[in-house]
Amino acid sequence: MHDPKNKFRIPMGPQHPALKEPEGFSVALKGEKILGVEIRLGYNHRGIEKACEQRSYVQDVYLIERICGICSHTHSTCFVQAVEEIAGLIVPERAQYIRTIIGELERIHSHLLWLGVAGHEIGFDTLLMYSWRDREIVMDILAQVTGNRVNYGMNTIGGVRRDISKDQAADVLKAMDLLEERTKYYIEIATQETTIIKRLKGVGVLSHEDALRLDAVGPTGRASGVRRDVRADDPYAAYGKLNFDVITSNHNDVYGRTLVRVKELMESYKMIRQALKDIPDGPITVKAPRNIPAGEALSRYEAPRGEDVHYVLANGTDKPERVKVRAPTLANVQAVKHMLRDRFLADMPIVIAAIDPCFSCTDRMVSLNEEDHSHLLRWDELRAYSIKWHRDNMSIDFSGLNKKLMDRIK
Amino acid sequence: MTSVLRQLFSILIFPGFLFLVVTGLGAEFIDRKLYARLQNRVGPPWFQPLADLIKLLGKEDLIPCEANPRMFGIAPIMALSAAVTSFFYIPLWGNSALYSFNGDILVVLYLLTLPTLAFFIGGWYSTSLYARIGSVRSVTQLFAYEVPLFMGILSSALLADTWSLAKMAVFYTEHPWFWVFNLAGFGVSIIALLGKLEKAPFDIPEAETEVVAGGFTEYSGRLFAILRLTIDIEMIVGASLLAAVFLPFGLGLDPVAGFGLYSLKVLSIVCLLALLRTILARMRIDQMISFCWRYLVPIALMQLLANLIIKGLLMR
Repeated sequence: MHDPKNKFRIPMGPQHPALKEPEGFSVALKGEKILGVEIRLGYNHRGIEKACEQRSYVQDVYLIERICGICSHTHSTCFVQAVEEIAGLIVPERAQYIRTIIGELERIHSHLLWLGVAGHEIGFDTLLMYSWRDREIVMDILAQVTGNRVNYGMNTIGGVRRDISKDQAADVLKAMDLLEERTKYYIEIATQETTIIKRLKGVGVLSHEDALRLDAVGPTGRASGVRRDVRADDPYAAYGKLNFDVITSNHNDVYGRTLVRVKELMESYKMIRQALKDIPDGPITVKAPRNIPAGEALSRYEAPRGEDVHYVLANGTDKPERVKVRAPTLANVQAVKHMLRDRFLADMPIVIAAIDPCFSCTDRMVSLNEEDHSHLLRWDELRAYSIKWHRDNMSIDFSGLNKKLMDRIK
Repeated sequence: MTSVLRQLFSILIFPGFLFLVVTGLGAEFIDRKLYARLQNRVGPPWFQPLADLIKLLGKEDLIPCEANPRMFGIAPIMALSAAVTSFFYIPLWGNSALYSFNGDILVVLYLLTLPTLAFFIGGWYSTSLYARIGSVRSVTQLFAYEVPLFMGILSSALLADTWSLAKMAVFYTEHPWFWVFNLAGFGVSIIALLGKLEKAPFDIPEAETEVVAGGFTEYSGRLFAILRLTIDIEMIVGASLLAAVFLPFGLGLDPVAGFGLYSLKVLSIVCLLALLRTILARMRIDQMISFCWRYLVPIALMQLLANLIIKGLLMR
């Protein structure tokens, strides 16, 4: 606990009120100053990539959608785009527009959620309560259009599963007007409220060069003046036909990230209005083959948190050979360590929150160092170890039971 | 014999401990309900603070094995008794307090410092890392808000030319509008009181997202109930002190009307505290200290100087 020279090492996580998901941050402190941070991933690894290989493409769409609770549409769209590219499917234009509209609604709900979390991290719970109340408007719209609040189940290979009716479109437009008014109020708060500005300005600085070097994506990068947005650089779905600005900021700090996000909300309202106006009539899906021909594809998608990348390798059967997911948090989490250098402990929650982390999306299997006397065990080795441990320490012999079980499996 | 009983009654029941518990829980309810309503939430029912207290009192006390059990157990009781004792010297709705002597204003101020020190001791001896950081923060904060609070309150005493709260009440009854001169000191003291009560924007010692619950992290059960009660009572004592020092009007009324006016004063201070914590984000400890020394202390000094001049001009 006590290092020499008054150094304190405190654990922030894997269980800590500042974090919404398990993630280990070990912080070395001197007084209130942060000397260094060690980040440990891997508390929430679910093995989704491997599980995808054992399921058919259609089942994978639903599994992939559950990678993240916030950007569920992001992951499923990114995955189906890759599969459609391998299969050579031309997705109907109406489906492209519907995907875009849901994607932007999702961005609105994600950014409003982030605003509330940011308020909570700096001890300003009123902002949390207000922005989450307003987030309910977009959640209700999503539930009305897709049938679900979080995992929408809109995508399928070759299109979308539900159409947006005229009435629904009118409701969406009405909600956009309401949300735009509220967002203007939040922009006013973020730019004028003294205590907020004091807590955000100059905190978690990531210079333009560092943002490029550390590969920051999404609002984190754009707040450091990195003009990168997949929607504009490599348009997918209907984004090529929409007019919008890529919001950047030169503040380089948490304040800049806040501004980028609230201004992106305004762009999203604009995009949804335009998409609902321009949406063409026609079918919403094409028939997809059960077996996807052999091939590979890489798909990019601008998630609310940054660029999401999916890679799919198909082998001609109805199951993929390999699925690889890189969620935006993995690209940004490296920058956190850099941003926290020489800051105060009090800045830590907001700096971590400012990348809008989603640790369970990011988590992957990490093979630990040999130095720790740790080693990898195969499943049968683990079973054998467990049986031996119980026999030696607890005097319980499971070997007979194990043999019976193994026989039954065979 | 009857005088002893009467004294016991006033210490334990009215206007002593039981009265403080009831009003403290009431103040907590008003604070929480107002905070919730301002945030567009429903908020707790009126009995929620009492229900919380009863629930905590019924729970087991867990003392971490690393902690020093004696200090860990004594700290909450020390905090509670100091907060309750300080209340006896404050005149509430008349010109006299339960006990009074020349210099009691200093005793009250020091007794109000004790809970913070007790929180520090409890946090420090629980040996949890979060508790240690939180308790060090509460002492760091103490040095920032205590000076402007003392200066603000003592400037009012300076004008009245006495070190006794009861005599101050007499003075301000004789000179009805003199409390207007102390409004700057009142503002300073309200902000300093936020620091003393560890409420936003000065809830740095128990900043949930940084240090979990600060010095209280390891507390549970009865000891935690006592700590919570201490903070509630401190809120009432602090509000009563500010009301006695800075809003000393209408003290000559009959007991019922006087009690009503006193409740109104305390209520408005509690509401003001809730409002401030709704509209402000939590400060960082360095920002808090520089704010206190850069803005609050100069204003309090100006108040002292102004009171000296006023005294020289008006009281000859």
